[in-house]
Amino acid sequence: MTPLAIRACTATSAVGPGRTALANALREGRSGLRRNDFGRDRLECWIGRVDGLESVELPPALSPWDSRNHRLAWLALGQDGMREAIEEAIARHGADRIAVVVGTSTSSIGSTEEAYARLDEGRFPDDLARLQVHTPHALGEFVQRAAGLRGPCITVATACSSSAKVFAQAARLISAGLADAALVGGVDTLCGSVLFGFNSLQLVASEPCRPFDADRTGLSLGEAGGFALLERARDGDTGLQLRGYGESSDAHHMSSPHPEGLGALMAMRDALARAGVDAADIGYLNLHGTATPANDSIEAAAVATLFPDTLHASSTKGWTGHTLGAAGIVESLIALIALEHGELPGTLNSQTPDPACGPQIRFAPQRADIRYAMNNSFGFGGNNCSLVFGRA
Amino acid sequence: MNLKARVEGIGFWTRGLPTWALAREYALTGTRPDEAPARPSPQLLPANERRRAPETVAIALEVAMAACEAARRDPASLPSVFTSTHGELGITDYMCTTLAQDARALSPTRFHNSVHNAAAGYWTIGTGAMHPASAISAHTASFAQGLLDALAQLAEGHESVLLVAYDGQATGAIARVAPSEGLLGGALVLSRTGTGARLQARLADVSTSHADGPLSRFTSGNAMAPMLPLFDVLARGEGEARLMAGPAHDLIVEVVRD
Repeated sequence: MTPLAIRACTATSAVGPGRTALANALREGRSGLRRNDFGRDRLECWIGRVDGLESVELPPALSPWDSRNHRLAWLALGQDGMREAIEEAIARHGADRIAVVVGTSTSSIGSTEEAYARLDEGRFPDDLARLQVHTPHALGEFVQRAAGLRGPCITVATACSSSAKVFAQAARLISAGLADAALVGGVDTLCGSVLFGFNSLQLVASEPCRPFDADRTGLSLGEAGGFALLERARDGDTGLQLRGYGESSDAHHMSSPHPEGLGALMAMRDALARAGVDAADIGYLNLHGTATPANDSIEAAAVATLFPDTLHASSTKGWTGHTLGAAGIVESLIALIALEHGELPGTLNSQTPDPACGPQIRFAPQRADIRYAMNNSFGFGGNNCSLVFGRA
Repeated sequence: MNLKARVEGIGFWTRGLPTWALAREYALTGTRPDEAPARPSPQLLPANERRRAPETVAIALEVAMAACEAARRDPASLPSVFTSTHGELGITDYMCTTLAQDARALSPTRFHNSVHNAAAGYWTIGTGAMHPASAISAHTASFAQGLLDALAQLAEGHESVLLVAYDGQATGAIARVAPSEGLLGGALVLSRTGTGARLQARLADVSTSHADGPLSRFTSGNAMAPMLPLFDVLARGEGEARLMAGPAHDLIVEVVRD
């Protein structure tokens, strides 16, 4: 594919707002996970909670969209020069020619949950009777308004692959001439649906998650938001680029991965092919690595099938928790940090590798100058996406 | 920028008009079948799951399979785009009610069926399609944006793409805030080559006039009703449909007979 320039990118997660906080936490091995202190009924688990969302105030024009998810979107949009980059893109192309493609798994359902908890004779309380927050596209609409954009606007909701797939859909929109640039990203926030939903599937660990560890017991849930501004690459560009994407379906089961990892392999191979690079060219791979018993051994085996022993692959969910629909963008940012600074993170909290782990799965960080980085994001419904990033 | 496709196969289901042939006949002559099923019965699901599946999953699989059969395409050979404004509001209502009353009693099956890509997941599992499947939402532009992604995939080099659009009945307390009536689904198999009506689409400035045909009036209360102007044009075999595509754009879709 024709490379796309990443003019700006940012992520806000439990380790703090913006790219520097993320890079520092990765370098220092400082986890953002804490004992669950979210909501009224608290499961015994650890969460990746973003501090300060309770006091974020949206501007008056955006107040009808007020929700935890949109506050996080707003906070994330305010980091790393993202607003300025969007304004510059508007000046170059016009707001009508810039698409918004954002991913989420639960959008603002936390607000819907709250409305149901406070029903007044079967009706939503007045302060929550706003369609702006009770539909999946709430996020796309909010981001489009918050960014002042007017091009095609789509919310991708394919569970945990959502904000990886936004890169693919935006690339197609730009390639087809429907937009000159795209603001992509994803936001998901902690809510009862995901905490008690994953708990009902018995996938939540009572301890901080330990991806790829032989003794792992499940995932830790987190919340995060992030964005990237994509544009056609220009001659003389320097900087980060999207070089390839691969998408596939497991066609196997709604909530457990394909036992041979066939879908994951297809997505990774497709992303490499689109980028025009070999598996050996990838210097860092950010794994999906949720720390659930089934996911990690299957992903490790798929990685061992495709990549040489020299690959440095890790899961960073020990820092952020599994941020679901935001995992794609947050972990793309981690891949981009590895590409930019040569700092390849290890796998936090993990000590004893699962027998399925090949030499590619690294628990310790390392410094290395790399040319290409990959990010895997796999979701319920067997929905897979792999991305390849490079430098101009 | 014009995006082009052949419409190789069409699937359609709504209460009272359970196939594309019947919907087309109604659009052209005004005749309606005497009896019609209250619920789709997609053969892709095993019998026990067919009854239990959420309505929006059932209708998505029904129209997707009908479109593939009409196109004589193997469903396993197609990438797919699933679009729905609200997803399964029945499960949203169940999840939020249960969380308010007894959060720890949440059903794991209902939880994994609550994802917006549930229909896409069941489709790929049922057909064995390992090609990419997407699930999107864009308010009243949900259909137009799904169509644009499908056309962009053809432009990128895919031979054929399946587009599936659906919305169901809003139930419980959320119905007042996120209204949607009845059950409506439409599916198109779009191809670069082959036979079938020629379709061209382009973005245009937003307008307030949206044509109102027989199918548009038949199921006007459903959240996916914005797709119906195109199905009215497809029923006639040719013409131009103006679809809502967002705050600044409409999508002009022109259909020409083969």
